[in-house]
Amino acid sequence: MKKVIETSHAIAEAVKLVKPDVIPIYPVTPQTHIAEKLAEFVADGLLKAKMITVESEHSAISAAIGASATESRVFTATASQGLALMHEILFIASGLRLPIVMAIANRALSAPINIWCDHSDSLAQRDTGWMQFYCESAQEAYDTILFAYKIAENKKVLLPAMVCVDGFSLSHVYEIVDLNTQKDVNQYLPEYNPLFKLDSKNPVTMGPIGYPDSYMEFKEQQEQAMASASKTIKAEERIFKKHFKRNFSGAVELYNIKNAKYAIVAMGSICGTIKHVLKEKQINDVGLIKIRCFRPFPKEAIRNTVSKLKSIVVIDRAVSLGKGGVVYNEIKSECCNVVHSAIAGLGGRDITPKSIFSLIQKIKNTKSERCFWLK
Amino acid sequence: MPKEKMKNPGAVIDEPGSSTKTKTGEWRTLKPVIDKKKCIRCGLCWLYCPDACIRIRKDGADVDYNYCKGCGICARNCPVKAIKMVRKDEESN
Repeated sequence: MKKVIETSHAIAEAVKLVKPDVIPIYPVTPQTHIAEKLAEFVADGLLKAKMITVESEHSAISAAIGASATESRVFTATASQGLALMHEILFIASGLRLPIVMAIANRALSAPINIWCDHSDSLAQRDTGWMQFYCESAQEAYDTILFAYKIAENKKVLLPAMVCVDGFSLSHVYEIVDLNTQKDVNQYLPEYNPLFKLDSKNPVTMGPIGYPDSYMEFKEQQEQAMASASKTIKAEERIFKKHFKRNFSGAVELYNIKNAKYAIVAMGSICGTIKHVLKEKQINDVGLIKIRCFRPFPKEAIRNTVSKLKSIVVIDRAVSLGKGGVVYNEIKSECCNVVHSAIAGLGGRDITPKSIFSLIQKIKNTKSERCFWLK
Repeated sequence: MPKEKMKNPGAVIDEPGSSTKTKTGEWRTLKPVIDKKKCIRCGLCWLYCPDACIRIRKDGADVDYNYCKGCGICARNCPVKAIKMVRKDEESN
């Protein structure tokens, strides 16, 4: 059924269909609409989940871990400072191999205080061992929630996942979303059946000490789980498209790339703006490489795509201060092409079609690598 | 936990009681040595030992060196000074 719906509400609708048992959550702008809608579903009896209204994000993710360890399916959501507060616990969720799914409404970090969109909150959590998906549209956000549970709970993966939507510029936007029925989702997503669970009748120890002679092996296991997530994402992409009869990309979406000599690499809602510019101005020699899945990083797909390109520009909505764009550095490490960096949209600065168009002109006329700040 | 047991994803231990398999005695720098001639079997060392490593036998107190971490609390509390803390390399003397 197609419906005009806010992206935050689309996320809540998808969560309702995956039927989480526990939702520990703390409101933070711009994620609050997700929490509000879920609370409404629970209050109306449409979702039989235990909603835990915790006192901080640190507690939200801690409760999520405890619940997930007992065989519960868990959902939570946060943004910005809230995600930063979760930081130390994020490693524990991934280290314990608990497939928690968390929506992030991307927002800048203080200081100066800013509630608007950029990707510095989730990209700063790059090394926590969580998978990270970035969404362009409300439909993609809805689909990615369903997809993220399927990947995370796969026994070869067992890793937590973040589903990132741009704060305000996507989270608060109303779009047409093709909503599924409970039956559709039940057929797609099997019950969560973990390898181990906390159960007093059958006791196990979770979170023991890992001495220097074994800690490394567990980190290696997590790295292998990421590699197997890459394979699973590829296979599950086909299954998703077939089951829901919708177009969907798992790790990377390529647009206009067939005859391209140049490419723009980007993540999130600005991909819509880029597609619009390429279409409107009928630019055939520039393609878009939309990164859907930042962790695990789609190395192979990137390498295969960029090999024939003259140059690439990576648009980043986050800066690793002292080393430049975050995604830029990731792309640069995967290829030998000329790669330009563009820093844009920090703290919710508008990224307009005009600025994208002028960036395209600039990279066509620049031979040596440069860094542009789109202000 | 012994290395060969650590294979489950997330380091889950699915066999209860596994902590006794990790011998923590090798962490020790000082080792309590009991002079059984002086020991009066009062049981104070047994009471104070934080690792439950002391048993009172017929001939005096006995230390389980597999788990004793050498904290020295037993020696400090012995009323007849029957316990001496000895460095590993001085043990043979």
